[in-house]
Amino acid sequence: MTNQAGRFGVHGGQYIPETLMNAVNELEQAYNFYKNDPAFQAELSDLLNNYANRPSRLYFARKLTETLGGAKIYLKREDLNHTGAHKINNVLGQALLAKKMGKTRLIAETGAGQHGVATATAAALMGMECVVFMGEEDTKRQALNVYRMRLLGSDVIPVTTGTATLKDAVSEAMREWTTRISDTHYCLGSVMGPHPFPTIVRDFQAVISREIRAQMLTLEGRLPDAVLACVGGGSNAIGSFYHFIPDKSVRLIGCEAAGRGIDTFETAATVNTGRLGIFHGMKSYFCQDEYGQIAPVYSISAGLDYPGVGPEHAWLHDIGRAEYVPVTDDEAVEAFEFLSKTEGIIPAIESAHAVAHAMKIAPQMDKNRIIVITVSGRGDKDCAAIARYRGEDIHE
Amino acid sequence: MSKIAAAFQGGKAFIPFITCGDPDLETTGKIVREAAANGADLIELGIPFSDPTAEGPVIQSANIRALSGGVTTDRILEFVRTLRQDVTVPLCFMTYANVVFSYGIERFAKKCAEIGVDGIILPDVPYEEKDEFAPVCQQYGVDFISLIAPTSEDRIAMIAKEAAGFIYVVSSLGVTGERAQIQTDLTAVMQKIRENTQIPCAIGFGISGPEQAHDMAQLADGVIVGSAIVKRIGENGRDAAPVVGAFVREMKQAITK
Repeated sequence: MTNQAGRFGVHGGQYIPETLMNAVNELEQAYNFYKNDPAFQAELSDLLNNYANRPSRLYFARKLTETLGGAKIYLKREDLNHTGAHKINNVLGQALLAKKMGKTRLIAETGAGQHGVATATAAALMGMECVVFMGEEDTKRQALNVYRMRLLGSDVIPVTTGTATLKDAVSEAMREWTTRISDTHYCLGSVMGPHPFPTIVRDFQAVISREIRAQMLTLEGRLPDAVLACVGGGSNAIGSFYHFIPDKSVRLIGCEAAGRGIDTFETAATVNTGRLGIFHGMKSYFCQDEYGQIAPVYSISAGLDYPGVGPEHAWLHDIGRAEYVPVTDDEAVEAFEFLSKTEGIIPAIESAHAVAHAMKIAPQMDKNRIIVITVSGRGDKDCAAIARYRGEDIHE
Repeated sequence: MSKIAAAFQGGKAFIPFITCGDPDLETTGKIVREAAANGADLIELGIPFSDPTAEGPVIQSANIRALSGGVTTDRILEFVRTLRQDVTVPLCFMTYANVVFSYGIERFAKKCAEIGVDGIILPDVPYEEKDEFAPVCQQYGVDFISLIAPTSEDRIAMIAKEAAGFIYVVSSLGVTGERAQIQTDLTAVMQKIRENTQIPCAIGFGISGPEQAHDMAQLADGVIVGSAIVKRIGENGRDAAPVVGAFVREMKQAITK
């Protein structure tokens, strides 16, 4: 009989050192109290609306729809949030919670830098100290975000262990948390890690699907036929899916980073290529070798370059409620350019993975079908890297 | 009494930690024999993991060296089987949940029993998750070792009551690695443990030299030293065995005086 706390089917759990157990228990108790506290919810709503610019637009992409010639396409514009991505939804919630718990210091991991920037932003706003761990490889890929975090008053610590990417940043943030717990909250950026993080982050990101649902009913008088979002750890995807899970008519499609292809080792498509394991506090699917050694994954997108996936996604996959499809670097880059040219919207390379899959399925669908793509972030941060990918060296 | 509990019968126990395959299994074999000959009462054998989240830089590096050298769980299990032909000191595996889970928990526990490994330590399996591992280990007569941390407080009683073999008392916050000073009030922690169980307790994390080991031994039944040994292996590579042997002797003398 395994522990049932924070389980999604067989996935989830709390596989962490004993040193952290009271910290996650304390977090769970505080969260269970504040999530039902009207004053906390009012304060959070005020921050989300007036500071982060919610609700985000559900935009009918007419030109994209016409060009692809199939299903009607809406874009959920999380890229228009303050700090430029969905990450702020979760961070404002966790920072406020941490503050209520009496914590004065936030630590975070970051891949592309969007979660790090969001955490640095919330820390600046709330007068908290902030330290962000970022793989050294990613500090190079996302130099602009490193500067932004420092500008916002945070320390950025380049992580040189392992593959020097997102998974190593998570490991290092966990190590730091075991060192300093009493004044520090680990502001985890995705629906992963030990319980209660997958639930807390899911709840804070669920605002995305709550809004899509209401906006779609207003605009079209019905629910969409499919919702697409990119999946690394899976926070914008679970946020986009959550309030549609009971609506079986809505296809939920998570777009994983296949890197150079799921038939190569240079991939980060966990659901497509991984198997059940235990890592970073949770049981879920992981890219790993036959002995359980975690694989050095690869994607052009620093934000999706992670060898695991959130436990709720693993469960949605198991029960067949959501589909997880691989999208390669090449396809994502093409979609990045395509959306920029057709709609004048430059998506994050992460979000471009979802756009790429929409480009495959929309033309196959009837014109009376509706799909929603969550544009989880904006792509300014990626311009230099994509230019390099296309063989052009630009100076930021 | 399990073989592990017996290791604490002859006075304060000294427990070195060694990463298997760092730099290769042949050297690990020599180090284990030297450590046993010089007074180690129980030896923790690390099965390397790609992403050891409870380790500081010294043991992280040892994991990388071992994995780059090509060791695998299967090769380590075969190595221990050979080791057991002449090494009688109690042995514990220390690794991470995914290494055991991936191998198959029951298959792993059975293999441990078969080759003579007496216990398993998984730092990322706390009390809440141990039912997936501990009963299977028990079934094969392998002790599933519990850890108690400076932050455990109100959790100490429940952990202590169900502990098997010995209790690994984590001396400090943070990850493994040598520390100049240990700040935790370990007397209070030990007192809470003793209110609940008489099982042997060994203190580990951060113990770097004889003086510190001596002080820690006054509080518990044994001391565990990892990074200070692994550092010497890192510095001396294939010639590490005599260096580790001398260090083990020095530490064992310090805790028994």
